Formats: sequence, structure tokens, C-alpha cells
Amino acid sequence: MKGSLLIALCFLGGVMLGRFVDLPAIFLGEELTLYVLYALMFLVGISIGSDQKTLSALKQQNWRIFLVPMATWVGTFGGMVLISLVLGHRSLTDYLAVGAGFGYYSLSAVFITQYKGAELGTIALVSNIIRELFALLAAPLLVKYFGRLAPISVGGATTADTTLPVITKYSGKEFVVISVVHGVLVDLSVPFWVSLFCAL
Amino acid sequence: MLIVIGLMFLGVLLGYRFRERKWKNLQGWISGAIFLLLFLLGITVGANGDIMDNLESIGLEAFVITSAAVAGSVFCAWIVYKFFFHER
Repeated sequence: MKGSLLIALCFLGGVMLGRFVDLPAIFLGEELTLYVLYALMFLVGISIGSDQKTLSALKQQNWRIFLVPMATWVGTFGGMVLISLVLGHRSLTDYLAVGAGFGYYSLSAVFITQYKGAELGTIALVSNIIRELFALLAAPLLVKYFGRLAPISVGGATTADTTLPVITKYSGKEFVVISVVHGVLVDLSVPFWVSLFCAL
Repeated sequence: MLIVIGLMFLGVLLGYRFRERKWKNLQGWISGAIFLLLFLLGITVGANGDIMDNLESIGLEAFVITSAAVAGSVFCAWIVYKFFFHER
């Protein structure tokens, strides 16, 4: 939660600055963002590769565990197909790109801004923040009505870190490993899905 | 885009190769990069009049999209839970 607040403050600080101050062009161009994004992805890669807990947790599970991220991917994209039919003023790939953030708002917003423009990027940011918030706030209700996997699936890419404590509490300790593996796999998939839908 | 994924993959290999090493304050650097990126995104948004004049509709659209994503995920997670995890 503290992280989310800081993120919101950074974003809002930027909005204020961009709105009311005349900034030099370097801050408005895409180059600076792109290089920071490169650095970020490299660092994220290192953190995934050097994380020993995930690998050993993965080895102890049977094939069923892969059904959980599968449900998250299929369910989210299914929802995006439906919403594109209902709303329909954007292309299907726009909705899919936003959905493919899976709650990883920072990365998906930056990606989508880079390749589809700042408007859809902002929609991705807000949409994926709402997704994380919803997982945090609604976890007990989700478990009660839709089973112990529901908050994990809603949490998307965040279930290995920010939403893990809440999931542990309401889904139970025996779902911690599932939650972590799910979080890492979905998290890893975000750049692939988002870039795929931006390219299509 | 290939560069981005390639860099991440390179990071995974490096991280795995040197996984015994303590990567000092890696999470701190990641957070720093994310904060900086969102700050820059904020500047882009703030300087963009079209977005600033349509904040309400953007928020509403984001909310509707999220609802659909969440509903789909919950439905599939419920199916998987019911058929593969429940009796444990």
C-alpha cells in the first residue's frame, strides 16, 4: 500500500509539473522514458533470475498450479473481448493491451504510452491500479463467493508481492506457493502480452 | 520492443548465473526506476491538454475495462478451483 501511494504521488507530481510548468523538451520526449524502461527491464530480469525461492517452489508443485495463471490469462482476455463488443469505440487490441497489465500498472502504463500514446497509457495506469486495489480490498468476499483462487486470479501480476499478504490471510497458507508462482508467471508475461497487443 | 524483452532475458540469465551473489539493493533500484518512469508519464499526461480535459471519461473507461477483466478472471478461477482444487 505504501508503494502504491508513493507511485500515485510520483505520477501526480509529474502531472502537476507537466500541467503548470514549461519544461525543457527532454522531459517531454520519449527517449528518456525509453532508456529508463530499458534499465528497468534489465533489473527486473536480474531479480527474477536470481530469485531462488521461486524456482524451488515451482519444483515442488504439480501441473495443476499452471491452471491458475491460465485462468487469469484466459479470463482477463475473455473479459476484454466481451468489453470490446460492448464499448467498441477502440480496437480489440487496445483493450487487450490494457487488460494484459494484470495489475502491473507501472510497467504496462509505460509500455502502452510508448507504443499507443499517452491517453491509452493513462487508461492502463488507472485500470491496473484499480485491479490491484480491488484484489486488496475484496479478497475476503472473493474467497467467500468464488473460492480461494479468485483473489489470486484478480491480483494478477501482483500476487508474488503486494497482494501476497492479503491472499495468505484469506485464501490460507496452503495457497502461498500457488500465489507466488502465479504472480511470477503472470508478471513475466506482462511485457510479452503487452508488446504483442501493441504490435498487432 | 525486441530490445526490451531481450534486455529482460539477458537480466534473467545474468541473475541466474550469479544467483549466489547478493544483489545489493536491487529492489531499491527497481522501485527508483518505476517511480522515475511514472513521474515522466505524469509529465507527459499533464502536458497533454486532450487528456487533462477528459479525466472523467478516462477514469470511467478504466473502471469499466477493469470490471470486465476482473469478472473474467474470477469466473475462470472459480471453474479451476471447483474442478481441480476444491477437494484438497
